[in-house]
Amino acid sequence: MAEPNTNPDAAVTSQEEISQEIGTLHEKYRTSLQAGGPEETTARLNFPPYRSSLLRHPTKSLHHTDPEEIELHSPAFGERDVHALESDLTIQHNGEPLGERIIVAGKVIDGDGRPVAGQLIEVWQANAAGRYIHKRDQHPAPIDPNFTGVGRAITGADGSYSFTTIKPAPYPWKNHFNAWRPAHIHFSMFGTDFTQRIITQMYFPGDPLFSLDPIYQSIVDQNARDRLVAQYDHSVSQHEWATGYRWDIVLSGSNRTWTEADQEEH
Amino acid sequence: MKHIPTPAQTVGPFYGYALPFKDGENLIHPSRPGAVRLHGTVTDGDGATIPDALLEIWQPDAEGAIPQETGSLVRDGYTFTGWGRATVDNVGHYTFTTLNPGPTAPGKAPFILLTVFARGLMDRLHTRIYLPEDIQALENDPLLSSLEEPERRTLIAEREADGGLRFDIRLQGEGQTAFLSYPRTPQQVGAAE
Repeated sequence: MAEPNTNPDAAVTSQEEISQEIGTLHEKYRTSLQAGGPEETTARLNFPPYRSSLLRHPTKSLHHTDPEEIELHSPAFGERDVHALESDLTIQHNGEPLGERIIVAGKVIDGDGRPVAGQLIEVWQANAAGRYIHKRDQHPAPIDPNFTGVGRAITGADGSYSFTTIKPAPYPWKNHFNAWRPAHIHFSMFGTDFTQRIITQMYFPGDPLFSLDPIYQSIVDQNARDRLVAQYDHSVSQHEWATGYRWDIVLSGSNRTWTEADQEEH
Repeated sequence: MKHIPTPAQTVGPFYGYALPFKDGENLIHPSRPGAVRLHGTVTDGDGATIPDALLEIWQPDAEGAIPQETGSLVRDGYTFTGWGRATVDNVGHYTFTTLNPGPTAPGKAPFILLTVFARGLMDRLHTRIYLPEDIQALENDPLLSSLEEPERRTLIAEREADGGLRFDIRLQGEGQTAFLSYPRTPQQVGAAE
């Protein structure tokens, strides 16, 4: 097999070739799983169909480390850092942004089910035409002067969050020829331990681009991929105002020694 | 674990208008006593600089205490919150202004936790930036003692003449930085062996 072209802007490979590479890797995983191999729960750092990963993943194995004091804590964020209105991405300018107004709400918990309370969530996204307010985004889709696409929130005592925004559109990128990303919202989260730090992407149910996208498919396990897809939730929708999606987020396990007093705080 | 963690996805190329914030890289004002420049370059498997990486540091204060003050995103110029965020420039270079961290317990080797995000990097990578001075503490450090010399060396910052700290990050290949995994925290490099 020829060496893949590692230039991220080359866009020379066809979707068929990329899909075939994805299919081969997924097939190997399913075979391994059926033979009793381990279940994968997150994205692979080394996923060649995502061309930009080729030179940017570590080739030496990671070192298993017992977390020390600083790794068992996270920075503190609060009202001083984030204003309550920053969770509404539709009121940051003088006019109403164009597009389908939505509410995305859910809870952040850790692997043991503890709510992640009072922590920072940051989101960013493209507008309803698939355009980011970023100088390097050259996609010729219109910029919306009333939509920046950036929000922040501090989780509630029960780990809950809610953003009001506009449904983002898919957009083209240069991984391969005629490559399109499924519509998504970027999410950045902190836990109680810095080891739980995560940046990821939330997707919308039923997106026809899922099977074609090497970033989404870098998670080779279907159950794990499903965990990035929000669900339409009519109880989140608001009468004559916005449709609602629910997406709950699970951070990895905390390595702290939790006391009963810690548990009772929640 | 009762619940399976949500998978990670790359930070992508377009975080530049969203994640950086004013004085994100200045954990302390550069004019304050004790201010130290921490800087270096991020490179890929070809040794080429990466122009679109985002870095975060998280550390104890000079006395080794873990800061729990809010206000990282709206810095007041006086409160040391211990956390900062910086983007690399067009030639892959980053700069933080911070304090030398103290040991969190007597005899512990002081270090700064560093987390790397980038387009092309599907999940964040954690590593540690150790201060070079306390040789005995470095020798006793459980992580450093478990590494072979070439990898151990990648985790110890170089002290510059002006008191600054130099720490380069290589994501892949010759001299790759030693990256860390932790218990209960899934991280998937490639297919399981």
